[in-house]
Amino acid sequence: MALVLLSFVILLLSALLALCLNRNTHRAQDAGAYGAVSASIAGLIPAVKVLLSGTSETLSLPWPVPLGSFSLTLDPLSAFFLIPVFVLTGLSAVYGVDYLKGYSGRKPLGLAWASFNVLTAAMMLVFTAANAVLFMLGWELMAAASFLLVLFEHEKPQSRRAAFIYLAAGGTGALMLLAVFALLGANSSALDFSSFAAPTRAAASAVFLLALCGFGLKAGFIPLHVWLPEAHPAAPSHVSAVMSGVMIKTGIYGLIRILGYLRPWEAWWGWTLLVLGAVSCLVGVLFALAQHDLKRVLAYSSIENIGIILLALGLGIIGVTHSAYPLAALAFAGALLHVFNHSLFKGLLFMGAGAVLHGAGTAEFEALGGLSKRMPRTALLFLAGAAAACALPPFNGFAGEFLIYLGAFRGLNSSAPVALAGVLAGLSLASAGAVAAAAFTRAGGCTFLGEPRTPRAAGAHEAGGLMLFSMYALASLCLAAGLLSPLLLVPLSRAVGAGFGGIYGAGSGQEAAAPLIYISAGALLLLAMVALAFAKRRSLFPVARAASEVPTWDCGYAAPTPRMQYGASSFAQPLTDFFQPVLRKIGQYPVLSEYFPGKASFSAEAQAVFYNSFYTPAASRIRDLAYRFSWLQHGRLQIYIMYIVVSLMGLLLWKL
Amino acid sequence: MEIIKPAVQFLAVMLLSPLLLGVINRVKAFFAGRRGQPLMQLYFELFKLFQKTPVYSRTTTWVFRAGPVIGVSAMVTALAILPFAGRPSFLAFDGDFIFLIYLLGLARFATVLAALDTGSAFEGMGASREMQFAVFSEPAFFLGLAALARATGQSSLAGMFGVLTGDLWRTAAPVLALLTASFFIVLLAENSRVPADDPNTHLELTMIHEVMVLDHSGPELAYILYGAALKLWFFGSLIACMVLPRHSGSWASDSGLFLLAMFVVAAAVGVTESVLARLRLTKVPYMLITAFAFSALALIFQVGR
Repeated sequence: MALVLLSFVILLLSALLALCLNRNTHRAQDAGAYGAVSASIAGLIPAVKVLLSGTSETLSLPWPVPLGSFSLTLDPLSAFFLIPVFVLTGLSAVYGVDYLKGYSGRKPLGLAWASFNVLTAAMMLVFTAANAVLFMLGWELMAAASFLLVLFEHEKPQSRRAAFIYLAAGGTGALMLLAVFALLGANSSALDFSSFAAPTRAAASAVFLLALCGFGLKAGFIPLHVWLPEAHPAAPSHVSAVMSGVMIKTGIYGLIRILGYLRPWEAWWGWTLLVLGAVSCLVGVLFALAQHDLKRVLAYSSIENIGIILLALGLGIIGVTHSAYPLAALAFAGALLHVFNHSLFKGLLFMGAGAVLHGAGTAEFEALGGLSKRMPRTALLFLAGAAAACALPPFNGFAGEFLIYLGAFRGLNSSAPVALAGVLAGLSLASAGAVAAAAFTRAGGCTFLGEPRTPRAAGAHEAGGLMLFSMYALASLCLAAGLLSPLLLVPLSRAVGAGFGGIYGAGSGQEAAAPLIYISAGALLLLAMVALAFAKRRSLFPVARAASEVPTWDCGYAAPTPRMQYGASSFAQPLTDFFQPVLRKIGQYPVLSEYFPGKASFSAEAQAVFYNSFYTPAASRIRDLAYRFSWLQHGRLQIYIMYIVVSLMGLLLWKL
Repeated sequence: MEIIKPAVQFLAVMLLSPLLLGVINRVKAFFAGRRGQPLMQLYFELFKLFQKTPVYSRTTTWVFRAGPVIGVSAMVTALAILPFAGRPSFLAFDGDFIFLIYLLGLARFATVLAALDTGSAFEGMGASREMQFAVFSEPAFFLGLAALARATGQSSLAGMFGVLTGDLWRTAAPVLALLTASFFIVLLAENSRVPADDPNTHLELTMIHEVMVLDHSGPELAYILYGAALKLWFFGSLIACMVLPRHSGSWASDSGLFLLAMFVVAAAVGVTESVLARLRLTKVPYMLITAFAFSALALIFQVGR
C-alpha cells in the first residue's frame, strides 16, 4: 500500500512541478511525463501483487472531514481496474511527449501535464477509495482535470462546446451519486463503504436507478452518451486514449461496487442493463459507421464497447437471479475481461488516430488516404488495433466477447427467460460485431489505404519515436493478451470474486479455463498457418520472374485519379441507408437540370439524434423553468449571504 | 490413434474442396445444355496460378499482399476445427463455432482491406457490399447455430452434429428443416453464388466478391480461389451434417456417406444457380433477412417445444 501512496504523491508533486514550469515547455513536459511514468511503475507493483496473492490491502490516514475518512482499499477488483490505468497512463505519457511537441510555445503545456497527472491520481483515488466522501473527491477531481484537458484547444468553438456539455453531464452525474451515497449511508454515522447496509427493497431499486444514471453518465452508454463523442475527440489524442480506455470504466467500476451493497438483486435490473447494453452496442456501432472523423469513430466505438460490458453485466445478473451460476460466472468474467481488453486496443487506436492527426494534420476521412505508404508503422499498428476492436482472433478483443457468448450459450439450455436473455445478448454481440467490422475496415481503409485524397495526406510523415514506442507496446500487449489469455484467468477470477462474490470467482475460474486454452490454441494455429501460407506463397511451385508493378487495374480505364476511389461515405452508404430510421442522415444532393451539368456537390451527415431530439428540447424546458425563478438572482452578495443565513436558520429550526 | 483420423479427414478436406466447384459448374453446364469445364478445372487453375509471376499495383502496400495470405490461413484454421461427418477434428471445444464465425470475419476483414488498398473504385464498391451483406448474414448464421445448440443441448459443433440423429429429425423436423433452409441461404450469400452474387462475371456492377479480387494475380489469386473453395466446403458441410443424421458407428462408411452428401449439396447449389435469376442488389439484404427469420422461427419453435 505504501507504493500506492508513493505513486499518488509522485503524481501530485509532478503535477505541481509541471504547473510551476509552465513557461519552460521542455522542462514541464519532462516533469509531467517522468512523474506519470514513474508513478505508473510504482503503482503497478502493488496492483499486480494484490491480484496474484488475492489478499486486499488497506490504508487509513487521519482526515478531518465530516463523514469522511481517508481510507483506501486495494482489493482484487480495484487492482484489476487499476492495472489498465497504470499501463495506459504510463504509455500515454511517453506518447504525449512527442505528440505535444508541436504545441510548444503555443500552449501552456505545464497545465496540460498537470491536468494529466491529476487525472491519473484522481482515477487512482476513485478505484481505491473506501469512503464515499473520498470517492466523490476523486470523482470530481477526475471530472475537473479531464474538463481542462478537453479544453486544451479552447480556441476552437467545438472544443468549448464539447467541454461545456461534458461539464454539464459530469455535474448531473455527481448529483445523482450524492443521492446514491446518501441513501446507502442513511443509517450509519460515517460514509465508509464498509458501513453501508443493504437498504429496503424499494430503496434498493431507487439506489440502483440513481447509480445507473449517475455512473452511466460517466460510462457513456446510450442514451447518456451525448458528451462522449464530443469530448473524447476534442482532447489531445493521448488524453483521448486515457479517457476512452480507462476513465469511462470508472462508471462500470462504480456500478459494480454499488451493486455489491444492493443484494439480493432483482431480475429487472439485469434486464435493464441487458437492454441498455444491447441498444448501446448496436446503435453506438451504427453511429461509428456513419462518422467522418477518425477520432469520432473511435469515440462511438467506445460507446459500443461500454454497451458490451453493460450487456454482460446484465446477463450475469439475470443468471444470478435465476440461479444459472455458470452463465453468471462466465458473463461477469467476460465483462471484466472486456474492460481490460478494451482499454488496451482503444488506447492503441486513439494513439494511431493521434499519429494521423500529427502526421497529416487532419483526421477527416475524405481528406486522407494512402497513409500506409507514408506512415507504414502507424498503419500496421492501427490495423492491428482495428482487428482487435472487431474481436478478431488472434488479438485480445476476442477473448472477453467469447466468454460472454459462452455464457449466453450456457443460458440457452435453461429456463425460457434465461434463454431469451442469452439469445438477446449473443445476437446483439454478433450483429454489433458485423457492423464493427464494416466501421473499422472503413476507418482503416479510408485513412491508410488507396491513394491520398488531398496534398495534405500526400505529405504526411511518420509518427515520432516515442509515439511509435507506445503504440508498439500496446499492440504487443493486444497480441499477447489474445494469445495468452489463459494466463489472465487467475487475476480475472480473483477480480470477479471480489466484485460479485466468491462463488462466481471460483466458477469463472472453472468455466473459463478450458475455453480460453482452446481459443489460445486456435489463435496459435492461425498464426502458424499465416506464417506457413506466407512462406510458401512463392515457393510452392518455382516462379520464374520477380513481381512487376503497374497501375491499378480499373477495368480498362488507364488514368484513375484518387478522387475516383470509393470514399468513406460511399463505403458506408448501403448500410447507413438501410439504418436511416436510426441514423437520420441529412444530405444535400445535387440536382441535375441541364444536359451538361456544371459543378455539383454532395454532403451527408449523421445527426446527433439523441442530442438534437431529446437533450436540446429538454434543456430549453429547464431553462424556461429556471427563468421563472430568475427573480431570486440579483447578483448582490448581501442577498446571497442572507439566503445562506435564512436556510441555516430554517435547518436549525427544523432540527429543534 | 486419435490423431490419425483427424489428419486423414483434414487432408481429405484440403484435397477435395476444389472439386465442389467443379461439381457446381458441371451441374450448371448440364442445365445450360453445355458440356462444361472438366471437373478438375480448379485444380488446373491453381496449379497454373502458383507458377505465375504476380503483378502488383503501384498503389498497393503490404496490406494487399497480406489479404490473401490471412484469408486462406483463416479458412484452413477454420477447417481444422470444423467437424467432419459429425466427428471432431483437431480441436473441438465449447463454443468452437463462435471462434469459427470470427475466423470467417477475419478472412473477410483481410480481403476487404486488401481490396481497399488498390484505391480502385470497383474494388471499393465490392468491399462495401461485402460488408453490407455480412451485417445481415452473420446474425442469421449465429441465430441458426443458437437454435441448433438449443435443439441438441450441446455447445460445440462436434457435439451438436454428434447428437443430430434421425430421432431428432422425427421429433423436431420443422426446426431442423428451417435451419437447413437458413444455412443454405447463408451459404449462397457467403460464397457469392446466384441469387446473391454471380461468380462468373467480372465486369458488372452488381457483383461483389469477384470485384474485390480484380487486382490479385499469381499465387495470391490462387490462395483466394482456394480459400473460396474451402469456404464453400465449410458451409456445405454444415448442411451435409444437417441432412445426413445417420451415424453407423463405422468411421469409413460415415465418412464415405458424408462425402457423397457434400457432392449432393454442391449439386443442389448448382441447381439453385441454374433455376434462379440473380436478385437485384438492393433485394439481397431481404433474402438474408429471410434466412434470419427462418433461424428466429426455428428458435421460437424450439423454445416452445
